[in-house]
Order: sequence, then C-alpha cells, then structure tokens
Amino acid sequence: MDEVRNLLALYRRLIEARLRAQLQYRTSFALEISGTVLISFIDFVAILVIFANVQQLAQWTLPEVALLYAISGLAFAFTDLVIGHLDDFPGLIRDGNFDLLLIRPRGTLFQLLTADFQVRRLGKVLGALAVLAYALANLSIDWDLGRVAMLVVIVPVGVVIFASIWVTTICIAFWSVGAREASNAFTYGGQFLSQFPINVYDQWLRRFLAYIFPIAFVAYFPALFILGKPDPIGLPDWLRFASPLVAVAAAIVASAVWRFGVRHYQSAGG
Amino acid sequence: MPAIELEHVGKDFVVRRAAGRFRRRTDVVHAVSDLSFSVEPGSLVGYIGPNGAGKSTTVKMLTGILVPSRGRISVAGLVPTRQRTKLAGRIGVMFGQRVQLWWDLPLIESFELLRHIYRIPSQIYERNLSAFRQLLDLDKFLWTPVRQLSLGQRIRGELTAAMLHDPEILFLDEPTIGLDVIARQRVREVLLSANRERGMTVLLTSHDLTDIERLCSRILIIDRGRLIFDGDVDTLKARYGKERVLVVDLEEPGPALQLDGARVIRVEGPRQWIAFDGERLSAAQLTAAAAAQAPLRDLTVQEPEIEDVVRRIYQERL
Repeated sequence: MDEVRNLLALYRRLIEARLRAQLQYRTSFALEISGTVLISFIDFVAILVIFANVQQLAQWTLPEVALLYAISGLAFAFTDLVIGHLDDFPGLIRDGNFDLLLIRPRGTLFQLLTADFQVRRLGKVLGALAVLAYALANLSIDWDLGRVAMLVVIVPVGVVIFASIWVTTICIAFWSVGAREASNAFTYGGQFLSQFPINVYDQWLRRFLAYIFPIAFVAYFPALFILGKPDPIGLPDWLRFASPLVAVAAAIVASAVWRFGVRHYQSAGG
Repeated sequence: MPAIELEHVGKDFVVRRAAGRFRRRTDVVHAVSDLSFSVEPGSLVGYIGPNGAGKSTTVKMLTGILVPSRGRISVAGLVPTRQRTKLAGRIGVMFGQRVQLWWDLPLIESFELLRHIYRIPSQIYERNLSAFRQLLDLDKFLWTPVRQLSLGQRIRGELTAAMLHDPEILFLDEPTIGLDVIARQRVREVLLSANRERGMTVLLTSHDLTDIERLCSRILIIDRGRLIFDGDVDTLKARYGKERVLVVDLEEPGPALQLDGARVIRVEGPRQWIAFDGERLSAAQLTAAAAAQAPLRDLTVQEPEIEDVVRRIYQERL
C-alpha cells in the first residue's frame, strides 16, 4: 500500500513538472487544444454522413451509435492524454536514450508511462463528452444502478484495454524500427473500429475484435448492456460484463511482453 | 567483497544486413568476448580502449542496461540485470553524451524529481545539494531551464544528478567529452574528492589521457572485447609510452635525417617527425644532433597520447 502511495505521489510530481514545462509555450498550447477539439468531431461527422442516408446501421440508430462513439472516444481520449507520448518510444529506443530509464531505481514501464502528460489532448475528451451528451439526450435509457455503474466503470476499463494494446504493440520497437506505424495501426485503427457496432463487420473481423484484439469490450458489449439491447449477432450475454476481466488480462499480457522486450533491448552507440 | 566483479563475461549482438535483393544475412558481432576483472571498493579505475572496443558495452552490462550473453557479473554484490532497480539506487551513472536532466525544466527541478525517484532522505539531499552547489558553482544557473545551459554547465548538472543519492559506485562514460580545460579540471576535482572523502568507487571511460593520468590509480585497457592491460599509470607509461616525437622544421626541405637512437617516421616538405625513446635520449640531445645535420627553424616535442599508447599496445600484441 505504501509502495502504491509512493508511486502515485511520484506520478503527481512528474506530471506537475511536465505541466509547468508545457505551459512555457502558451500560444502553441492553446492552438493545440482547440485543434484536437475540432479533430475529435471529424470522425463523428463521418457517422452523421452515414445516418443522413440510412435510418439504421446494422440495427443501430444514430443515438445508439453516438453512445458507442462517446464511450470509445472518452476511453481513447483519456488514454491518449495519459500515455499518448508512447508514440515517441521507438525514437527513445533508436537513440539509445532508453538507457536512462534503466539506470533509475524504478520500474521502466512506470517511468515510460509517467514520462509525459499531454494536456493539449484534453480537446479530445471535450469532443467525446459533447457526443455523449447528445447520445444521452436522445436515448430513453431505463437508468438503474447497474447501468449507471457500467457507464462509470467502463471508461477506466476502456483506458486499461487501450493502454495495454498500446504498450503491447509499441514493444515491436525492441526488435524493429517501423514500430510506430505498426503500433498506430492497432491503437488509432482499433479506436476507429470500436466506434462502430461490431456487427457491421464481416464475421472474421468480428471474431478478431471480440476474442483476440479485444476492443469490442471497450464499447460494444457494455453499450449493449446499457441500452438493454439484444446482441444482433447473438453472442452470449455474459460477455457484457466481461470487460473488466478482459482489461486485467490485457494488462498482464502487456506487462509480460514489455518485460520480454526490455531483456532484448540492445541499446545504441556501441 | 569486490565492488565490481566480472567472470568470463561476453556480449554478442546479432546484426542483420541485406545480402542480395531479398535475402538478409545474420552476423554475430562479439562486442565483448571474454572479460574477467574485479575492482576493490574505493578504487578509481580508468577503462580505456579505441572506439568499438567494447567499453560502453561493458559499462552498460555493469549498470544493468544490457543483459550479458554469457559469464557472471556482480556489482555491489548484486546481479545487475536481475536486481536492476535495487542496484540503480546504489550506483550513479553519467553518460557524457546523453541528457539525463529534464530538458524543459530548471536544473533545480530535475534535482527535486531525482530526490523523489531515488527516495533520498531530506538530510542527505540537502547536504549533498549544498556541497555540489559550492563545489561545482551551480548557483548562477540553478533556476535556468536545462535546454538553455552551456555544455559545461549541463555536465556539472549531470554530475550532480548522478551523485545526489550517495552512490557507492559511480560509472562515468566519457564525462569530459567536449568540455574546455577549466571545466574538465573542475570535473576531475569533484571526482577526486568524492573518491577520497566518501570512498566512492569510480569507473570511468575517457579518450582523454590527462583525465586518466590525473585521476586513476589503475588502468584497464580493452581491445576487441578483451582485456589487454591491467595496471597503474607508471607501468603503462614505462611499458608503452616511452616514445616521444620531436617535430622539426628545417630551413630547407631535405632527405630524412639519420640520427642515432631515433628514427624519422614522417617527412612533409621541410617538416620531419622524429620518434625517440624518452628514457634513453633527452629532447635536448636529439635537438643538438639534428641541428648538427641541418639548420633548424622551429621545433616542438609531442608527448605520447592515449591513442598512441593504445596503438602501440596493439602493435605489440600482433
């Protein structure tokens, strides 16, 4: 317990220091925040375009898809806020600066995850919140304790799932130089796929998203539960509650892959 | 118990390179082949060798950055890669070519963060910080963001960062690279005092022979991943550094001079380089002998440099 408190206190200090550094460049800070708010709406505009032409998308209405979009968007926005700097990790490996994490008396993954905190990506959170407000205003959900609890829990659970995918795939950098592109295909690509109901996809992709690359657990299954909607593809009902377990499993896989990668780190510069 | 101990340590890197349009060839490079030595607590050891000899690879294995391919390593009684975080709290590491401090933050904030990362008790932190502020004259730029510091100022900051937590063993990889004479001298003084007053074990790599000469009681020379010399500065000089070079500018270009106990190693117009054994012949004697053969305009004496000493050692080995 003391150890956890110590790590959290250290995290707070590191983040505060990062914020002070970022605030040195105020104009660029303001521009970037407004930029990310705009970007977060563009994906939603694509969904609006689809619904301008059809009433339903694979048995989902616009407000229902908006709920999916908002859950997935919030989870991803927070992930990006907290660990978006993982995109720069391949560079850290390439220049050998990962050495500096290895000479400090703290876990390497902890140091990497806490190395930055990009407040400007707060814009994405604002965008997703706006879509959530739209969805909730246009859905008549029969709110009970379970549904409220699900809505509260699912965002941090989604953050863990996205973060685990991010860490797992960025580990490619320990072996190959093209890691950033490969990892982005899974992180940003995964987030894109999770904005839509998985029953719009072909069967093989559905299975992939439900069982292997688990982003269906970020928004799809929890949204089915909140909406009280039967699964259009008839997957078992208990999957709707499996997201926290999936998150734990994903985190275990990510930390194992990470440790394996660190042992294969070759450094740079002789 | 030795502070540092290596037994038959090796490190291989697998390098893949293109061979033909699609095929790739896999080569194994032995960065360190078979290295054994130990360092007693409180010693100041210089670790030298040419580029690519395996110096940095060794330091990285000792600090827990790289996993050795074979052999056994013990640092402060710990196995570096397996007990990495525990070891990291007991050693200090500084790479002259890497920035450990937080680039966008004032220097003092980096120290504050390190204090919490290393869990340094406040008494020790305050004591060490004020000692380094004085010793390294940090006060003028303590509140300046690191990115605005000069190289010399930054290195002083890096050195403080590596020693704030009272490490038992300090590893320094090229700590004085790119520094001017005064800054170099200051770094050396700090290392000497840490070694003498706190009994800190120091292992440093450097290309600068003066660093090694002024600081180190023991020198290890590595080449192609093997240890080829282990001894003190005097032994090294007596054995390999006897050769000095007299550079003379003649009034007129001429053929190479013929001198007893010395040989001309290079001729370039009127300038000639004459190598001689500093123990058998003095520079004055040689100058007189040269002047007797041809009128001289100018002369300088080159002392053996680390690169020459090391080169001579390789020649002897071959």
